Amino acid sequence: MIRVLLPTHLRKLAQVDGEVRVDLAGRATQRSVLDALEASYPMLRGTIRDQSTFQRRAFIRFFACEQDLSNESPDTPVPEAVASGSEPFMVVGAMAGGMRD
Amino acid sequence: MSRVRVLVGTHKGAFVITADGKRQKWDVSGPHFAGWEVYHVKASPADPNRLYASQNTGWFGQLIQRSDDGGKTWAPVGNQFAYEGEAGTHLWYDGTPRPFEFKRIWHLEPSLDHPDTVYAGAEDAALFRTSDGGKTWQELSGLRRHPTAPHWAPGAGGMCLHTILLDASHPGRILVAISAAGAFRSDDAGTTWRPINRGLKSEGIPDPHAEVGHCVHRIAMHPSRPDVLFMQKHWDVMRSDDGGDSWREVSGNLPSDFGFPIDVHPHEPDTIYVVPIKSDSEHVPPDARLRVYRSRTGGNEWEPLTRGLPQENCYVNVLRDAMAVDSLDPHGIYFGTTGGQVYGSADAGDTWAPIVRDLPKVLSVEVQTLR
Repeated sequence: MIRVLLPTHLRKLAQVDGEVRVDLAGRATQRSVLDALEASYPMLRGTIRDQSTFQRRAFIRFFACEQDLSNESPDTPVPEAVASGSEPFMVVGAMAGGMRD
Repeated sequence: MSRVRVLVGTHKGAFVITADGKRQKWDVSGPHFAGWEVYHVKASPADPNRLYASQNTGWFGQLIQRSDDGGKTWAPVGNQFAYEGEAGTHLWYDGTPRPFEFKRIWHLEPSLDHPDTVYAGAEDAALFRTSDGGKTWQELSGLRRHPTAPHWAPGAGGMCLHTILLDASHPGRILVAISAAGAFRSDDAGTTWRPINRGLKSEGIPDPHAEVGHCVHRIAMHPSRPDVLFMQKHWDVMRSDDGGDSWREVSGNLPSDFGFPIDVHPHEPDTIYVVPIKSDSEHVPPDARLRVYRSRTGGNEWEPLTRGLPQENCYVNVLRDAMAVDSLDPHGIYFGTTGGQVYGSADAGDTWAPIVRDLPKVLSVEVQTLR
């Protein structure tokens, strides 16, 4: 079981409060976590990564265990603490950019 | 009794504003999708409870929302807008080629007779269509594959396909407008296209009379007389009497012929409305006075409509999709400003009052007449 923490806008879109929990059959990587997340919450497709290329959107970051995992390969295993469910995988809207206010 | 429902897209969410046929007392619902840019909300002419909204942020990209109950509840539908085949290139601001890349949906145009069919105008300029209520979207790629597309260039707001007109009396006819490419028409339901810009003159491009490259801001049509088109261009208000095959200027006595929206009276096809803006470098009303101009002669002769609108210290703009007319008699007209006011008139523009104030920057206004 993986714990995923979504930014406010995506929690509202997915109609969830707090953390989301997803179950993985195989190895926990960024890709498999996001695949499982989007399978459970199809309305999130395209909001975190491109639906065709699966590239992370420019103003989305991935944090876990006080590390920035955004530029890791999608197939790199997530930290053990995330895989074991003791720490959340955090999807974060970048602090700067994204919208003209 | 008749009612009206005004659909407002703003920089920070959507609002649904309703009133009875007197249009004096307004009920405001929203924000829906708070914090997201909502470029456009529009209802199906075939099912007034079916609404579609374009929702976007730079962080999370494009969503399309659909309501089946007149805007009370919404659910996201499909949001994959994939250009068909090779993307191709257009011109960038510096004149270099740049691949087409999807950024957002500017305009949603539901089909005249099928609630599940909707056309969507994209930035970078492309036309998409759904026929399953928004679950899936397919590009009508003949437009983007037009031989002139490599010469299209973005306007200041991006290279957006912002106007889609469907013509019930010419089956298969679709007109679109792109900033800054110009107007295009298909007579075979979007398979093939041709530019319809003859008569337009734009000083900001190397050849002022070029086939493409014109910054068309908006085109309006009366459904009873679809061959007559009215255009607000970057500069110039234009008219066509032959479905866009040729255009002539009808700016006449306007204080400025720069502006964004243009609309047509629902019962008088020769009565049209524009909101003049000072210039392309100052997007504010001339003399800081917010005035709608009405022509009852299909252009050239214009009268200012000012009663109830701010006539001093006004520095707002009215964007291209932010004006709409209802079809009651006398008809109502509505427009939203970049300052967050939505003004309404229940007497064809003679008098105005804000139906809501202090919203976020208004990006679009549509209205439904519910009988």
